[in-house]
Amino acid sequence: MGELLNRDAIINLVIFALLVAVALGAHLAGDGFTVTLATKAAIFGLAGVGLNLALGYGGLISFGHAAFFGIGGYVTGILASHASSGMPVVTLPFTIMGSNEMLGIWPVAMLAGGVAALAIGALSLRTSGVYFIMVTLAFAQMLYYFAISWSRYGGEDGLSFYVRNTFPGLNTFAPIQYFAICAVLLALALVFTAVVTQSRFGLALQAARQNSQRAVAVGIRPYAIRLTAFVLSGMIVGLAGSLYADLNRFVSPAMLSWHMSGEIMVFVILGGVGRLCGPVAGAAIYILLEHVLGGISDYWQALLGLLLLGIVLFAPGGLIGIVTRRGRHA
Amino acid sequence: MTRLLELRDLTASYGPVQALFGISLDLDEGQVVALMGRNGMGKTTTIRCISRLLPHSGGELRFADRDLASLSAPRVARLGVGLVPEGRRCFGPLTVAENLTVAARPGPWDMARVCALFPRLQERMGQIARTLSGGEQQMLAIGRALMTNPRLLILDEATEGLAPVVRQEIWAGVRQLKAEGLSILLVDKSLSEIASVADRAVVVERGATVWQGGITDLTPDLTDRYLGV
Repeated sequence: MGELLNRDAIINLVIFALLVAVALGAHLAGDGFTVTLATKAAIFGLAGVGLNLALGYGGLISFGHAAFFGIGGYVTGILASHASSGMPVVTLPFTIMGSNEMLGIWPVAMLAGGVAALAIGALSLRTSGVYFIMVTLAFAQMLYYFAISWSRYGGEDGLSFYVRNTFPGLNTFAPIQYFAICAVLLALALVFTAVVTQSRFGLALQAARQNSQRAVAVGIRPYAIRLTAFVLSGMIVGLAGSLYADLNRFVSPAMLSWHMSGEIMVFVILGGVGRLCGPVAGAAIYILLEHVLGGISDYWQALLGLLLLGIVLFAPGGLIGIVTRRGRHA
Repeated sequence: MTRLLELRDLTASYGPVQALFGISLDLDEGQVVALMGRNGMGKTTTIRCISRLLPHSGGELRFADRDLASLSAPRVARLGVGLVPEGRRCFGPLTVAENLTVAARPGPWDMARVCALFPRLQERMGQIARTLSGGEQQMLAIGRALMTNPRLLILDEATEGLAPVVRQEIWAGVRQLKAEGLSILLVDKSLSEIASVADRAVVVERGATVWQGGITDLTPDLTDRYLGV
């Protein structure tokens, strides 16, 4: 087991190092576009890491995580647009001004994602199986349609903000510097996930996933444990949404749609459900396929579908699982 | 002796099907009580009721002077009811150490003490639970229940399907637990082993208690009539 853990740790480090190497190499070659692609992979990887906490370790098949991604994005967009216009976000019961400081925006985005996850999780976790999937999907779609009709912030057209938010000491407009911010946050999320899943809380989450009644018999409260994991997951995905909004300097209802939930789930499944760096590998492969195959054919997602089918049927552990299994039998 | 567990005319149902029609049982602190009866007579259902995994529909269920009727299963486990369910049910994907850690509550039982009881577990600490042998999984299930630091340990068919040598190891562990003063409610088919460890017996037939008394008072006539041996 110790050997396996070491091998897993090495694989995780290699995946992360590859992502950083691609961004650095592209930066040195003067290829800003590829740096931006690596940044997108890091952000999607972060969203996947968030979902993986609920799905991979808690067995919670949420089809509504776009809600938290979109909420994080809208929080960022709204605060940034108000900062640029100088108008307060709200005036009653107290005045809240906009902000273009990332260090101020991220906690709000995470808090908003966490509060939404608490509300959605508190209700949806009373169901299970296909009902849980449908309830989470329904909540996300409610927010999606709300965003479409929210004309104050662009409605269906979305909301643009023309200046990327700032980070002390860095030029966030420089692609490599923005990548560095995203990569550090991704690394922190990975460390956080590793610590949480090895803690007693994380073990209880995995125990409840395996058998709820058995967990109850040793004093574990599955509902409370799962809700906590769901909230933590929502907070991480909210942060990813904030970074994605800043990357594009644009938010739209698409960030809240079920397509987005599906994409985040694809990152996790491709890389490996319940594998620490699985979502990062999955997101990177997804971006690579989108970029390479998307340039060849508009129907690149059909190939993605085939790949996904192959993974689900022949390698349930995802890409990381394939590598780990080979290593184990070597 | 202090009364630890008390069941009075307990009734319970699975949906529309009534399974218990009046189970009565007393267990004092430090006692080992055997719950006996043929298959399908309500032993496991009684245990599920005590652990609150199945809500009872009538009668009285008290543990350590508390009415368990309004308590949830995790709360009952935290109060000190440690269950070793039928069928060696470990958390398969977790390691032995993780299985023990996840159940740990403050008290005299810790990983070292569990390993002293079942030394085999010490050698398997980093091993995934589902790859253990049947006997080792059963030792782990008992160890996990002990890690909750229970006042009452419930063993449901703890030695079923195990090789004789492993069964001896489990029974030796149970005897040691009794010697240390732990209260135990056990269900098992081995009359000779039960006789060597239990103080009292409760016999159930068709979901109701038909006899309870000292284990030495369990006559061949009673065992023939109610246990089919």
